[in-house]
Amino acid sequence: MASNIEKDALSGVETTGHEWDGLKELNNPLPKWWLYIFYVCIAWSLVYYVFYPSWPTGTSYTKGILNWSMREEIVEKLAEAKASQAKYVDRIAKLSVDEIQQDKDLLNFAMAGGRTMFNENCAGCHGAGGQGAKGFPTLADDVWLWGGKTAEIYQTISGGVRQSTVAETRGTPGVMGMTAFGRDGILTKDQIDQVTDYVLALNGKPADAAKAAAGKTVFEENCTACHGPNAEGSVAAGLDGIGAPPLKTANWLYGGDKATLMATVINGRAGEMPAWSTRLPDTTIKQLAIYVHNLGGGK
Amino acid sequence: MAQENKGFSHQTIEQNTLLLIVLTLITVSIGGLVQIVPLFTIETTIEKVEGIRPHSPLELAGFNIYVREGCYNCHSQMIRPFRDEAERYGHYSLAAESMHDRPFQWSSKRTGPDLARVGGKYSNDWHIAHLVDPRAVVPESIMPGYAWMKDRPLKYDDIGEHLKTLKALGDPYTPEMIANAKKDLEAQVKPDGDTAGLLQRYPKAVVASYTGNSYVSEMDALVAYMQKLGTLVDFTKYTPKQLQQ
Repeated sequence: MASNIEKDALSGVETTGHEWDGLKELNNPLPKWWLYIFYVCIAWSLVYYVFYPSWPTGTSYTKGILNWSMREEIVEKLAEAKASQAKYVDRIAKLSVDEIQQDKDLLNFAMAGGRTMFNENCAGCHGAGGQGAKGFPTLADDVWLWGGKTAEIYQTISGGVRQSTVAETRGTPGVMGMTAFGRDGILTKDQIDQVTDYVLALNGKPADAAKAAAGKTVFEENCTACHGPNAEGSVAAGLDGIGAPPLKTANWLYGGDKATLMATVINGRAGEMPAWSTRLPDTTIKQLAIYVHNLGGGK
Repeated sequence: MAQENKGFSHQTIEQNTLLLIVLTLITVSIGGLVQIVPLFTIETTIEKVEGIRPHSPLELAGFNIYVREGCYNCHSQMIRPFRDEAERYGHYSLAAESMHDRPFQWSSKRTGPDLARVGGKYSNDWHIAHLVDPRAVVPESIMPGYAWMKDRPLKYDDIGEHLKTLKALGDPYTPEMIANAKKDLEAQVKPDGDTAGLLQRYPKAVVASYTGNSYVSEMDALVAYMQKLGTLVDFTKYTPKQLQQ
């Protein structure tokens, strides 16, 4: 069959000599450009074998004369990056957050780095501009659960909130947030109804006057220890280690409507935040503290 | 070019379908074997690091949900050894960290962020709020919501069988782990209960009430799985040199 090579009359190209049921195959060569690129690839692979890791040899592999390793390269790149920022970062490491804020150069550096790290690590909960979300405090206003001074913000980021495994965390050890007054049977259903009406009235919202009057007593007996005698929140009331938000406010953490207030009193609340000292370097946490302080509400 | 039609010729192969199939299979398997077999024999393929353990029963249930929902279509679990990835997500991923994932969830596409080290990055409450309605916490997110998971009871009567199957495939589940599978699964959502056995069998498992439902929900399992991602290896114990392959 292979001997039946003939010239195709129409195209002038030779056939391969293969024939099936009268069908014949033209012997067109591969395009030259394609063929040469293929040869170059083969040649390149030979060069690659010499320089880079390639062939397996049982329990190991050939390392190539460059002895290149991606995991080695990243160590170098990270060291390079660190060295290029050392001028600022070394000083940030030595200074306190307040001192860093006095230095214009360092402040600029901390703000730029802080913004990047905030967007990656903090914005998921607190929003891209610190606008917050239901249950996740707004950082751009002047309501602070754990204090709005730079050093206080630094401590909150570093130790997190209510992290049982971290010593310097925010919150009182053993007290995991607000009591579940309803679920734990401390207040009756009526009392909860009354105290939430009192909080509504406190904020100038429509509320049942009789219930609100009764709720005042409930409030004074159960809520003031954490939220302050005037519902101003633990920070404004000078109470340490509690993190209770103000209840006379426009900036609600969970919501100030009747249904949400009821849910809060019945089940309690216990917001948590990771302790960033377990994930980020201390110098980054300092930059974050400065960035957050400058979002608008820093004290 | 005079070639006769006899013996082992081009023509013989082309005209004999069975022979063509067999020879094609042999050729293709050489390509596969050359790439795959060395990974089993080269000693440094899987790094020898402390802390790696198989999934706890609840995490395994969460892993199965992760696979079922196709999370890997948008989220990778593979931090590559590049500076930008290490600075954003943390230490590059090790092969050892996904050795108990069947199938592994490295993925190849990031519509959402990489999740290889998402464990501990957010609170449990955040994960739940975010899965219920991603835009409630991340306004620019395009992730679909999974609100129904919160109220959907997890099916886990057969969780012990899952562990047995994985053991047959080579995961180091002990008979004790298999016997306690159901108990351990329930213990992981009860922070006030007895968790000593669970934590001894599965160190660093995150015990929490998660959704706080009276039953174990699918949301509980998924969040428990995610809170463990990338947390098992303590990288302060290793120098970069020790992790090089």
